Amino acid sequence: MTGDAAPDEGAASPVATPPEPPVVRRSGARAASPWRERLSRWDVRYSPYVYISPFFLLFLVVGMFPLVYTAVVSVYDWSLIGGKGEFVGLQNYRDVLENPYFVKSAVNTVSIFVLSSGPQILIALALAGLLDNALRGATLWRMGVLLPFVVAPVAVGIIFGSLFGDRYGLINEALNWVGLPSVSWHTDRLASHLAIATMVNWRWTGYNALILLAAMQAVPRDLYDASAIDGASRFKQFTRITVPSIRPTVIFVVITSTIGGLQIFAEPRMFDSTLAQNGGSDRQFSTMTMLVYDFGWHLRDLGRASATAWLLFLLIIVIALLNYVLSRRFGALAHLTRRRR
Amino acid sequence: MKRSTRRPASSRTPRVALTAVSALVLSLGLAACGGDSGDGGDGGDSGNAGDGPVKITIATFNEFGYEDLIDEWNAANPDIQVTQKKVGTWDDAKENLYTKLAAGSGLSDIEAIEGDSMPAMLAESDAFVDLTDPALDGRWLDFKAKAATDADGHMIGYGTDAGPEGICYRADLFEKAGLPTDREEVAALMGTWDDYFATGEEFVSKVPGTAWYDSTGGTAQAMLNQIANPFEKSDNTIDVENPDLESLYATLTANVAKGLSTKLTQWSDDWTASFQKDGFATMACPGWMLGVVAGNADGVKGWDFANVFPGGGGNWGGSFLVVPKQSEHPDEAKEFAAWITAPEQQVKAFQAIGAFPSQVDALDDPAVTEMTNEFFNNAPVGQILGDRAAAITVQPYKGPKYSDILQAFQAALIRVDDGSNTPDESWATFLSDVDQLS
Repeated sequence: MTGDAAPDEGAASPVATPPEPPVVRRSGARAASPWRERLSRWDVRYSPYVYISPFFLLFLVVGMFPLVYTAVVSVYDWSLIGGKGEFVGLQNYRDVLENPYFVKSAVNTVSIFVLSSGPQILIALALAGLLDNALRGATLWRMGVLLPFVVAPVAVGIIFGSLFGDRYGLINEALNWVGLPSVSWHTDRLASHLAIATMVNWRWTGYNALILLAAMQAVPRDLYDASAIDGASRFKQFTRITVPSIRPTVIFVVITSTIGGLQIFAEPRMFDSTLAQNGGSDRQFSTMTMLVYDFGWHLRDLGRASATAWLLFLLIIVIALLNYVLSRRFGALAHLTRRRR
Repeated sequence: MKRSTRRPASSRTPRVALTAVSALVLSLGLAACGGDSGDGGDGGDSGNAGDGPVKITIATFNEFGYEDLIDEWNAANPDIQVTQKKVGTWDDAKENLYTKLAAGSGLSDIEAIEGDSMPAMLAESDAFVDLTDPALDGRWLDFKAKAATDADGHMIGYGTDAGPEGICYRADLFEKAGLPTDREEVAALMGTWDDYFATGEEFVSKVPGTAWYDSTGGTAQAMLNQIANPFEKSDNTIDVENPDLESLYATLTANVAKGLSTKLTQWSDDWTASFQKDGFATMACPGWMLGVVAGNADGVKGWDFANVFPGGGGNWGGSFLVVPKQSEHPDEAKEFAAWITAPEQQVKAFQAIGAFPSQVDALDDPAVTEMTNEFFNNAPVGQILGDRAAAITVQPYKGPKYSDILQAFQAALIRVDDGSNTPDESWATFLSDVDQLS
């Protein structure tokens, strides 16, 4: 994905310039047979595609097939146990859109996404900037920020679920201890979103920081030396050199965290203490994927579950495109201001 | 996450059209394959095709008290080795069950089914092995045997325990409130639900910070099990707007404001923690709950068990063992299920965790009738649960949607407990949730 963004941006990205396919013309240095020549031409022209084909073949089976199959299921009356029923056209989509929980879940999803992805990328940028300095035991620190990532999300959910317990949770007891009132983490809509975003951020910030750090390490050091001579502060160097230089990577991180953030499931589900685990008693933190699960496995209606999954897919595409455009716009502005000076 | 990162990228290029078409072609091919092999059920991945012992698994939830019994079986039957898979709650087990029923594979050889969901299993009785065995006629109490038998007369489940209920109470907290602490005197305070709640109001006025009962949900279960048709009419049509249910809902939601409820969800972390924090003074206790209380309240002194239940008697829960047709060793699974649900074994499960047997012969067994429980101040739990079982007059009608509606009803009560809805708002949401079920 980094590769997609790079070519039209040109020089600003030393990190992610994709290797150019070797376009070589070997026009008869020796008098080879025409058949051999043709073979070798084909080799040069088509081999690269053959080499990358395993990925795409695999993707067809595990990526595209479910996508298309889900679309097929979504236009049928399809029960979890009973299987395929009648063709119902867009009725499942209509049912889902009219379901009172759909809008609620969509709003929750976007809200949790904004609360998690925003701070997450800013903190990851700052963290990566700090880790980019010459530190003693650099590898230790760098691996350290990745530690939360290796903890299974379900474990994170259980730990944070008990930290954020409404009545006997550690955080509320700490709040009470300093004289503040308890927060209803599982009942108050915004509070529950904050708690879940905290979980997500705890897990993903370090991971994103490492990706950004890798990009930062490829920024030519002479840029920093030159700016230092010009009298730029460390902060100015960071905002004017580092961030613009790693823009394709930032876009990559923004887009992957958009996709991950909008599909959030394990954290809110483990956070939920109600028996049905639909995202709070009044669906305060029910997300789109939880709604898919609710339709598919509680109501045992795969038709509506698939329709919801497709609506989620469309939402992700829209938001990812929006992010992409915004990040480019933001990047282009940074570019302009830099050129103007 | 990984898979989907590719989606937006691919949909930008013109090649996506080509890819999509190929995917379609491929999907048709795969779908055809999937259909064939799915129905064929060739299996064969069990890993014990050789001469070794047959390995079977039993999936249970919460506490069944089977650990020692399984060891006993394995020692005596080297050719059939049993392992247990445990999950926390029935709600988790149920999701797993439906997912794997749908997938057509992955279930254990024996699955434990919570009593309230048995009607839903009977509706899918094709998926389970017919366990009917004339030799076992008359082993179970009538209502238990009936609940496991489908319309065609096939028994698909073997009953494990029954759930006659008494009242667990904290004698030390009763003393603090100036209430009597003796079992018999406590029993006299709560012959009806009105008396029980009135005593509760007196209690919470004297002991602020401690609720009367453990959860609205648990109390609701106890009350629902005394209603003839709580959610469904006897022809399986859903009827939740009936006067019995409406009055139950009104009573319980009114109790929230009076401070009788802990406002916690049963089985949640906060609920578990409340046992250690003097969170409440009483709770409706079916036999199998005794082990749960003793576990959660480990180290807390003062628990006792009264020979009374508001409104007479009630049966809450009690489970069944079924053998899914997916099982590769249905005969061995049936043999083991029949063994472990025999009166002798269920008596031991009762001794281990208090799960009251549903087998006729076990009820007169001195090991049951003379059983006392040290944690509950040496209460004669065997005799109490026997009396409570005899006091049961109503077996509520539970249709295939009972368990699903119950889940929605519990959620409705929680919304009032946690203050996110008024009782009227929450009831309206409940009605719309129930609508979605059909």
